[in-house]
Amino acid sequence: MSEQHLDARRLLCPMPVIRVQDAIAKLVAGDLLHVSCTDPGALHDVPAWCRVHGHRVVMAEPRDDEVYICIEVVKQT
Amino acid sequence: MSTQRKAISLISGGLDSMLSTRVIMDQGIHVEGINIFTGFCVEGHTHAIRKKDRQKPKRNNALWVAEQLGIKLHIIEVIEEYKQVLLNPGHGYGQNMNPCLDCKGFMVRKAYEWMQEHGFDFIITGEVVGQRPMSQRRDTMPVIQRESGAGDLLLRPLSALNLPETRPEREGWVQREALYDFSGRTRKPQIELAAKFGFDDYSQPAGGCCFLTDKSYSDKLVDMWAHRSSRDYELDDIMLLKVGRHLRPRPHFKLIVAREEGETRFLEGYRKQFVHLLSTSHSGPLVLVDGELNEDDRLLAAQISARFGQGRDAAEVEMEITDLDGRAQRLMVEPLRADEIPQDWYV
Repeated sequence: MSEQHLDARRLLCPMPVIRVQDAIAKLVAGDLLHVSCTDPGALHDVPAWCRVHGHRVVMAEPRDDEVYICIEVVKQT
Repeated sequence: MSTQRKAISLISGGLDSMLSTRVIMDQGIHVEGINIFTGFCVEGHTHAIRKKDRQKPKRNNALWVAEQLGIKLHIIEVIEEYKQVLLNPGHGYGQNMNPCLDCKGFMVRKAYEWMQEHGFDFIITGEVVGQRPMSQRRDTMPVIQRESGAGDLLLRPLSALNLPETRPEREGWVQREALYDFSGRTRKPQIELAAKFGFDDYSQPAGGCCFLTDKSYSDKLVDMWAHRSSRDYELDDIMLLKVGRHLRPRPHFKLIVAREEGETRFLEGYRKQFVHLLSTSHSGPLVLVDGELNEDDRLLAAQISARFGQGRDAAEVEMEITDLDGRAQRLMVEPLRADEIPQDWYV
């Protein structure tokens, strides 16, 4: 299992979702992806993308002016 | 045992693509969605930028549709490739800078490439004959099939009965008689079908989901090109066209004035790339300068910027201009009155 960090700050949706999609394509089941965003829309869109692709959102929360999301890769898409 | 056929559906997030996908799913076809991001599908961006919009519920409609339908959605970013479509549309522009026919052909081509790469069998869209003046006409819909390369692997389930039979119908992958004959600009049949499926929450954007159909946005894009040495753009350029008031007091520079706190915060991210102004004596917006300022221009830019802050009625306002090298100059200026800013400065 590996842990990766994705800096999606200053990107506006859907770019954070696209970056997550691209990052997860390189990961395997069980890996964790930590994502930092500044677009508050990412708090809704990234978990929505995870739900339709079957990945598990471990945590998604606003932190000051940023959004932090942790995703566990459940299966490759 | 029959082969499980697979279709890729172009999902915009609107009702028509939602319906066409559901129609095909109901025929036992495995469907996944594809959403093409050109950089101009920026409604969600604006919501993210403006503070007043942060209170509204936000969602990416394409993802929301996928979730309602229970299908996967693949979002494809084509910002660089899309430049050729926007800059040189073989079929020209619509009412504004919208190259709708070329755009649709491009999107179907991207879907066709994805389909081939992932072993899918055909493509579906929510297109309806006669619904849009450029890309959804009886004479232009075959152009999209031809120029995208998809040919008769492109099925439009909502209008199929008004169009020649496609391969998925001919081969019996889908039953033609269970498809529809919608046509024209009326939304009534779509709304009835949505009710039949139990869809009671869906997006129906008036001009599609593209800012290029918006006159104000297109005017800013044309102005940007007119004052640059080439008709080109980067993602930041097209994002900034959506933010703030744009004023061009001189041909060689434009001011981008934040309209509220959320926009100021967004523009702050560009401070290292642009000369910018901010009042130090009164609260006021961040102003970016797109272009170059000579000494006279600096005074004018400061006076205009002061007009949009809390010091607009003050005798003097202190403005700070920060150059690209980080050096700051402070100027005491008299804010311009509203009637001293000609309307034609507003882009």
